[in-house]
Order: sequence, then structure tokens, then C-alpha cells
Amino acid sequence: MTQWSGYFGLILQGALVTIELTLMGSVLALFMAFLAGMGRLSRFFVLRALATAYIEFFRGTSIFVQLFWAYFVLPFIGISLTPLQAGVLALGLNVGAYAAEVVRGAIQSIGREQYEACTALNLGRWQGMRHIILPQALLVMLPTFGNNAIELLKATAVVSLISLTDLTFQAQVVRAQTGNTLVPFTTILIIYFVLALLISWGVRSLERRMARGLDGVRA
Amino acid sequence: MPTPIIKIDAISKSFGTFKVLDGLSMQVMPGEKLALIGPSGSGKTTILRILMTLERIDGGHIQIDGEQLYHMERNGQLLPADERHLTRMRQKIGMVFQLFNLFPHKCVMDNVTLAPMLTKGTPRAAAEKRAMELLEMVGMADKAKSMPAQLSGGQKQRVAIARALALSPKIMLFDEVTSALDPELVEEVMNVMRKLAAETDMTMLLVTHEMGFAHDFADRVLFFDRGRIVEEGKPDEIFRNPKQERTQGFLKKIIAAGHRV
Repeated sequence: MTQWSGYFGLILQGALVTIELTLMGSVLALFMAFLAGMGRLSRFFVLRALATAYIEFFRGTSIFVQLFWAYFVLPFIGISLTPLQAGVLALGLNVGAYAAEVVRGAIQSIGREQYEACTALNLGRWQGMRHIILPQALLVMLPTFGNNAIELLKATAVVSLISLTDLTFQAQVVRAQTGNTLVPFTTILIIYFVLALLISWGVRSLERRMARGLDGVRA
Repeated sequence: MPTPIIKIDAISKSFGTFKVLDGLSMQVMPGEKLALIGPSGSGKTTILRILMTLERIDGGHIQIDGEQLYHMERNGQLLPADERHLTRMRQKIGMVFQLFNLFPHKCVMDNVTLAPMLTKGTPRAAAEKRAMELLEMVGMADKAKSMPAQLSGGQKQRVAIARALALSPKIMLFDEVTSALDPELVEEVMNVMRKLAAETDMTMLLVTHEMGFAHDFADRVLFFDRGRIVEEGKPDEIFRNPKQERTQGFLKKIIAAGHRV
């Protein structure tokens, strides 16, 4: 029994790496989501085209290939990333592409009458966006952002392939050293599930807090 | 003779193949209270929306307060207005909508203070003081901290009126502001507007299907049909002695539908 405690320590270290990746990846994804999502609604063709190209490319290619590209191909053009940097980059850009469509959809779901009120009150484009449209759209985005964050958490498993010591990597180490598959993989299964639950709860309570006193924003 | 504050000169506007306005011209004097009546699709709401720059015109010119609305004069030439010009022109105009269009995520007070603080740089304290006066006037001072969702339709509309007034426009546009209200709430909004009409020298344009209200509110009534002014005159003339057949037909239908004249 004593040997297991050491292995659990290993898996917990892996959990920390997974959490770190999820948090950093989510921050990048969120940033890209707003950048590209609002870019797609821009008045300027170049911004729209750039945003669309980014979204279609990163949705249309595999996260696995993107990760390998970031880690193994970028060095050939002189950009060497650590496994963590490559992981965050691939995860953030990939999930950000999905979330960008969420941002765009949510902004477009806000009724025309809110935009017209902004015009009638002489708010500038950005003022209206910042104070009127985005705060309402954010509430529409949140549930799907929760989905995206869970997708991102699960996708972190692929970084074990570029030697990052996340949960999945550590489970493989434990399996190799003990010959036991059931214990390490059941353990990380549970840990992934608990982490996903935490994200769900977090997003839901955020939603409740933001929805207070509102009507008409969500049917 | 004073100069008109609104001068509409041969404007036209189409939605797809449907020509809403076809060479319409009209003028409004400063301080005048105007009621625009007529069947649905006659173009009266479109005129308000054009004045608020929510719709663009296909042709013609509009002058507000002596300045072109959709054009800029540069070296004696008229150029299409840019966003900066429109922003400056919009300061002269406020609008109240049929469906209130309050900001649901902001409390009553913030709904009223937001635009003055953002567009005029009014300090919060001054904006809130002014907002309280306006809310007082529309009888909503005790609801300053409420969210729009907690208000009735009539209360929402009174807040929307205060919100538009907070920018002190010279011209106020009211687009069917009682149409979406339950019958028992119509009166409270009308009372606020009657008071407003009596107490201020603002120029007001009202689109309405409430003929009794149009009669009390307006100095002049314009009857629209198919994008043209069919008949205009003092409320008594239009409602008691309409000369045009189409005006008579319209009023008869409205009365038959149970509206008070």
C-alpha cells in the first residue's frame, strides 16, 4: 500500500499542471474569442476576413496537429516554445476559435431596439458596445463558455504527447511503473470529472449573480 | 417670421421595392407640437426614424435647426454626413420608442444618467441630480433604484421619457408611445406628456393612434397616407371637419374601432 501514496503524489502534481494549463488556456481563449468574435462584426473588411480566417482554420484542423505544429514545427522558423507555452498556445487558439462564434452569436442576439436606443441617446459605437450590448450579451455567452472551458480541460490531455507532465502523462507513468491500469486511470477519470464539475458550478453561480434583476436578456 | 426648426425637403425612402416616402416636404416651427396620424404603413413612423438617423434617406434634404442633417457643407458643397456630423446633429434630437427600449441591466437611475455622463461628460453627481428632477416630473422618483423588469409598461415608458429628456434635446420624437401599453396604463403616460407639452418650449412630434390624445396634445395635425400628407390643420379642423375623403374614411374607421375622438 505504501507505494501507492507516492504515485498519488505524482498524479496530484499532474492535476496541478492540468489546472494550470486549463486556466492559462482559458485566458488566451477568452481573449481570442472577443478579439475574433467582435472582429467578425467589424465594419472593416480586413478585420472581418482575418477573424473569419482564424476561426475557420482553428476549428477546421485538429488540436492534436496544432499542438505538434506549435511544438515541433515552429522551432524550424526560429520560434522555440516550452511544452507549457506550446500547450497553452494550441489550446487557447483552438478553443478561442469556437468561443469566438459564441461571442458573435451573443452580440447578434441582442435586439435591434437596444442598438436603436444607443443611437437615440447618441452613444458612440464603442460606448454602446461597452455599456449596453456586451453586458447583456455576456449573460448569453456564459453557459456556452462553460461548455468551452470543459472542452478545454479535457483537451489538455493531448499535451502529454509533448512530454508535459499533466494528469494523463502521470497516469501513464504510474501504469508503466506498476503495471496497473485500473487504479491510475480510474483516479484521473474522477479528477477530470471533479474539475469539470467545478467549472460547471463556477459558471452557473456567475450566471445567477449576473442575471439578478434582469428580464428580456434571456427568454 | 421665425425660421423652421425642422425643414424636410423632398425626401424619399424605400424599403426594398416599397416606396414609403416619395418626395415628402414639410416644416416644423420651434416649439410646435405636431401629431402625425394615418393608417399603418403611411410613413409617419419612418419620418421619426429618419429624423433620429435610424433610417437613411434615399433622396432629398433635411435641415435641423438651420443645419443639414444628412449632409455637411464644405466649401459651398454638400457632402454626405460622416459619423461625427451625425453625432453632433443627434444632440438636438431625442426619441421615445413604442417598446420603451430601456436598458434591462441598468437600474432606472442609471438608465437616465448613462447618456449625459458618456456623451456630455456630465459628472455623476450633477447627472443624478438632474435625473431625480426628471424622474420627479414623470412621477418615478421613488423607483430610481428599481430595475426595468420590476416596472409596469406605463412606468417603463415614463422612465424612457425622462431618459430622453436628460439630454435636453430641442426636438422630441414620440413613436406610438402608448400603443404597447395596457389600456389602464395609457392615461398615466399621456398625462406626463400633456404636462411636458404645456410646460416646455421643446418641439415635439407625436405619432399616435390615440385620436383624443392627438387632439389635446397637438397644435397641428398631419394626416398621412401612402407617404404623403393628405391633409393638415388645427386639431379641431382635422377631427371635426376633415375635408379630404381619405381623412374622413380613416377617422370613421378609427371611431368604429372604439377609439375616442
